[in-house]
Amino acid sequence: METTVQQFPPFREGAADHSHASHDDHGHGEHAEPNFWQKYIFSTDHKVIGIQYGFMSLCFMLFGFFLMLLMRWQIAHPGVPVPVFGPILERILGQPAAGGSISPELYNSFGAMHGTIMVFLGVVPLAFAAFGNYVVPLMIGAPDMCFPRINMASFHAFFLGGVVMLVSFFIPGGAAQAGWTSYSPLATTIATNGQAFWLVGMVLLITSSLLGAVNFIATIIQLRAPGMTWMRLPWFVWAQFVTAFILLLAFPPLEAAGVLQLMDNLAGTSFFLPTGLAVGGQLADRSGGGSPLLWQHLFWFLGHPEVYVLILPAMGIVCEVIANNTRKPIWGYKSLVYSVLAVGFLSFIVWAHHMYLTGMGQKIATFFQATTMMISVPSVIILTCMFLSLWGGAIRINTPMLFALGFLPMFGIGGLTGLPLGLAACDLYLHDTYYIIAHFHYVVAPGTIFALFAGVYFWYPKMTGRKMNEFWGRVHFWCSFAFMNIVFMPMFVQGIKGMLRRMSDGGVNYSAARVPNAIDALPGSAMQMNGIILWAAVCLGIAQIPFIINLFWSISHGEKVGTNPWRATTLDWQTPTPPPHGNFTHEPHVAHGPYEYSAPGAAADFTPQDAPADKPTTAH
Amino acid sequence: MDIPYTIKNRPDTGLYNAKLGVWLFLASEVMLFGGLFSAYILLRVGAPTGTWPHGWLDVRLGTVNTLLLALSAITTLLAWASCKVREFGKFKFFHACTILLALTFLGIKSYEYHDKLVHYEIQLNNGKIADGHLVEKSADFNLAKKTGSVTLHGHEVETHAELMDLRSEEAKKAVHAELIIPASEIKHMENYGPRHNTFTAIYFTLTGLHALHILGGTLVIFYFWGPGRKMWQTEPERFTNRIEVSGLFWHFVDLVWIFLFPVLYLT
Repeated sequence: METTVQQFPPFREGAADHSHASHDDHGHGEHAEPNFWQKYIFSTDHKVIGIQYGFMSLCFMLFGFFLMLLMRWQIAHPGVPVPVFGPILERILGQPAAGGSISPELYNSFGAMHGTIMVFLGVVPLAFAAFGNYVVPLMIGAPDMCFPRINMASFHAFFLGGVVMLVSFFIPGGAAQAGWTSYSPLATTIATNGQAFWLVGMVLLITSSLLGAVNFIATIIQLRAPGMTWMRLPWFVWAQFVTAFILLLAFPPLEAAGVLQLMDNLAGTSFFLPTGLAVGGQLADRSGGGSPLLWQHLFWFLGHPEVYVLILPAMGIVCEVIANNTRKPIWGYKSLVYSVLAVGFLSFIVWAHHMYLTGMGQKIATFFQATTMMISVPSVIILTCMFLSLWGGAIRINTPMLFALGFLPMFGIGGLTGLPLGLAACDLYLHDTYYIIAHFHYVVAPGTIFALFAGVYFWYPKMTGRKMNEFWGRVHFWCSFAFMNIVFMPMFVQGIKGMLRRMSDGGVNYSAARVPNAIDALPGSAMQMNGIILWAAVCLGIAQIPFIINLFWSISHGEKVGTNPWRATTLDWQTPTPPPHGNFTHEPHVAHGPYEYSAPGAAADFTPQDAPADKPTTAH
Repeated sequence: MDIPYTIKNRPDTGLYNAKLGVWLFLASEVMLFGGLFSAYILLRVGAPTGTWPHGWLDVRLGTVNTLLLALSAITTLLAWASCKVREFGKFKFFHACTILLALTFLGIKSYEYHDKLVHYEIQLNNGKIADGHLVEKSADFNLAKKTGSVTLHGHEVETHAELMDLRSEEAKKAVHAELIIPASEIKHMENYGPRHNTFTAIYFTLTGLHALHILGGTLVIFYFWGPGRKMWQTEPERFTNRIEVSGLFWHFVDLVWIFLFPVLYLT
């Protein structure tokens, strides 16, 4: 590898041409500054696109959270008009929110859209597209992404997909109501075109992530700076690399499924509709002959790898923050690399563990149970490496580190509670209960989202040149940490007691309150938790206000810092702040591993990756 | 700011950026069509005996279309080779052939679609089934009001099952004639569109998506052949790369048809 590096032509082809061209650019720039549209809307600069993605996805996450608050109100107080927002809802949505209370249909579409927005418009764009776009080219020493215009197209497809999803709230019949999983035949038989909007929106989002994934992989393979060998890549880049492959290969089958379901909904075909389907007591006017199970297979072939799309970039962020704040190399870098590759591969062969309840047969269930147990091994290795990295470190506690430290136990809880779900015997009981909701929210909400907050606080100084306020950052962390757990911990109990998800009355019709001696009825204690969860969720929302204010206030009022305030080793901190168009003022030549902290004999407690090598190596 | 390796290969990967990009894109396309072919297999294996149609498509037209695409793959390759040896005239000629072949393919495909959309299966009140191509509908034809009549060129059969295997000897012996059917005798009338049954559904979806790919590929090739050819004057090497990359996509689309043809026409 080292000798190959030596044979490289100059990193920037035609250095003479380049200086000429850049001079031209410069001259041009003096005459005509790019206007607002060129600079912020139709930008091809990966840093601007990263911030566009980040801003949009944070807005979508807030919106998705708000939908959830309305649902939690309905669960805790079924049929009671929503305070404050009820009249607004009625004015905007009309009949489904009659009297300011949430009808079961509206509850269903809120549920479907909360899941869709959080996954496809919130967390994936923030974790993959926003952080990936901003940080990956900087980390590998590239001037930009491989295909800047495709990068812009990717954001525009994402934006359009988001618009289509939001517009569907206002069409007659309202947004999609069949859950974020859109199981057929439900998704075809509900009388609303919201599902068609959902599918078109998904096709746009899939296009966006396809363009993004191609761009990321090509960039990481082609544009690494000289000396940036594979084993010198920061682990964050590895995580993004594997994530991009998952997006590239797992999303298209959902696109295929989406096209088929769109045909079912618009052209009257029966891909997912069985023979003899009756709707409302009437035999449906359909040819039949389709397979509802086919949808589930195609959906979960994306759906499970998608979980790793949500979690791997988050782990990457946590890895960078921990290495930086423990001031020592990350423990087991190679294990981390091989583990993330193993997770990426295995994630493609575990999908049917979402489908034990379909009666798939013992042999197939056994296969998927085995692969599911296998994938927990590399996941645990990753988490263990991060825990062990803390050992013996001179830990600096700051807001990003707090969020990263919070991620570890929270993701641990989410991961470990997933094991019973991977085994068919207990999954049959727990399937479709609040236990599932608690499990995957622990992975994604206090897990991934905490890591994303860590990333925002960590890279904010690179984007703006100022730090976010430390005190309010800590307030944000501790309040979020407390309320997240009060929201999700009781759901484990509710689920084990048998409370099903997707009940628009929060289980009232199902509970012992109505039928005191019924077998399998919910005890009153499980029902009372709904009230606690509601108010904890409201407090969780209030706890985000310091973050939002901090985010905007610090742009102009935060503490001014230099280019490398965290004293970090990776290349993203060896550029001016904010990085100029083209990213680097010098040609980075990488001579060090990604985490050379506190190296014995070094001048400082960190050695930047592009610092000159101590002794001459073949790389130069 | 210049992005490295847009034209020249990176030494350790042996690829320029766009070539790697298009291969990744094709990997994703394989998964897209892979998902659809899997759906085809699952639906066909799950279909009860006798419900999957055979011989509904014209093998002769399918064969012609296969040959057209195979030929276009050759002209695409030659167009790229012409660029490589810097013979722009030959490039223009070969890609003109590619575009013509692609348009002929789409023309034949449209004719086949049209043939299916005017093909009706009519369930009659006497329990029989009239099946054939629409000749004309009378001016006052209205199924709901039971007025007027419809003329088909086809035949009457006793059961639906007789229509399922058109390759059988019985089906080949059937005598087709003009049938005039009054609306009052019609119980249900449906063309061979996507909603007719699972076969037509997957046929229209798979070939429709493939035709969209052909259309997209043709537009890109036409762009390089027409307005985009200016790049040849300034950056012939980059232009050649573009022809290679679009050619890779074109070969993939041809390859999909090589799978579609036997799966839909021959089995």
